[in-house]
Amino acid sequence: MTALNRRLVLLLPLGIAGVAGVGLYSMLDRMRSGKFDPRGVPSALVGKKVPNFNLPGQGDGPGFGSADLTLLGRPVLVNFFASWCVPCVAETGVLMALKQAGQPVFGVAYKDKPEATGAFLRRHGNPYVRVGRDAPGRVAIDFGLYGVPETYLIDTGGIVRWRWAGALTTEIVQQELMPMLKQLA
Amino acid sequence: MIPRWTLLLLFATPWFAMALPATPAFAVSNPAEMLPDPAQEARAEAIGRQLRCMVCQNESVEESEADLARDFRRIIRDHVRAGETDQQIMDWMVARYGDFIRLRPPFSALTFLLWGAPALAAGIGAGAVILGRRRRPEPPEPLSDAERQRLAKLSGS
Repeated sequence: MTALNRRLVLLLPLGIAGVAGVGLYSMLDRMRSGKFDPRGVPSALVGKKVPNFNLPGQGDGPGFGSADLTLLGRPVLVNFFASWCVPCVAETGVLMALKQAGQPVFGVAYKDKPEATGAFLRRHGNPYVRVGRDAPGRVAIDFGLYGVPETYLIDTGGIVRWRWAGALTTEIVQQELMPMLKQLA
Repeated sequence: MIPRWTLLLLFATPWFAMALPATPAFAVSNPAEMLPDPAQEARAEAIGRQLRCMVCQNESVEESEADLARDFRRIIRDHVRAGETDQQIMDWMVARYGDFIRLRPPFSALTFLLWGAPALAAGIGAGAVILGRRRRPEPPEPLSDAERQRLAKLSGS
């Protein structure tokens, strides 16, 4: 074995271990900051037209359909939630802050009883311009939803621009949603 | 020393395993979910076994007890009853959930390494074997007469 070969045999595993270490560290770091979710699934809908739907309303309120999402002349959010979902409680504060900031959010009550949804909205506040009821969860499947809460950003042309699976946090709104909204404005 | 044919077996086994049909998983056996026509039900189960349950992710729609998987099973059966082909139903699912919902991912620029890994590993192994053989050192030159005499003296024979 030549001297060069011997050095290669010594240094190559070290180099590979070093590269793997840096890669794993950055992965763990991104997991900690919430930028990377190993169980996360990219949405197949981003860049596509919002699916056609029409949902009945909650209580006496009007429901809404896909056509209503483009009537406001500005990008809107569609938020799937349920009273039985714990992370949905966690994100109510963020949604109320979005409402305060003037961002229209359409709510979809996913597989929820009307009374339970009503109690949930009374208790945590109602951040939605309208609430639609998806009791069978079929509209949710057209959106490619795999859990609640999920939030979709729809532009004025009715194209899905962004999707967040899981509870919205102030960081996600600041780092992801706001730049998207600025870009669409 | 391991017999040589066992190595061959080691290489061949994964290919055989891939060629064999997957063992049928136990469909969630709520009779109310099943289609009355056994042929249609078998088709629906075959489609469900190729779809990932998006909630538990490592189970198929047919195996999972998750709520969403039950919805998928019902949708598949609705579509089968409506006379759609397997491909149409698969496309319907992929349009909503992307390729991730397919437990057998399609061959693409993203998955070529996944599908090519067995061939790649066999190629690297074969390359290493060929290289190792070529590098085998030449047999040493036969001893000269002087050396042979010295050896005889040292070994005392």
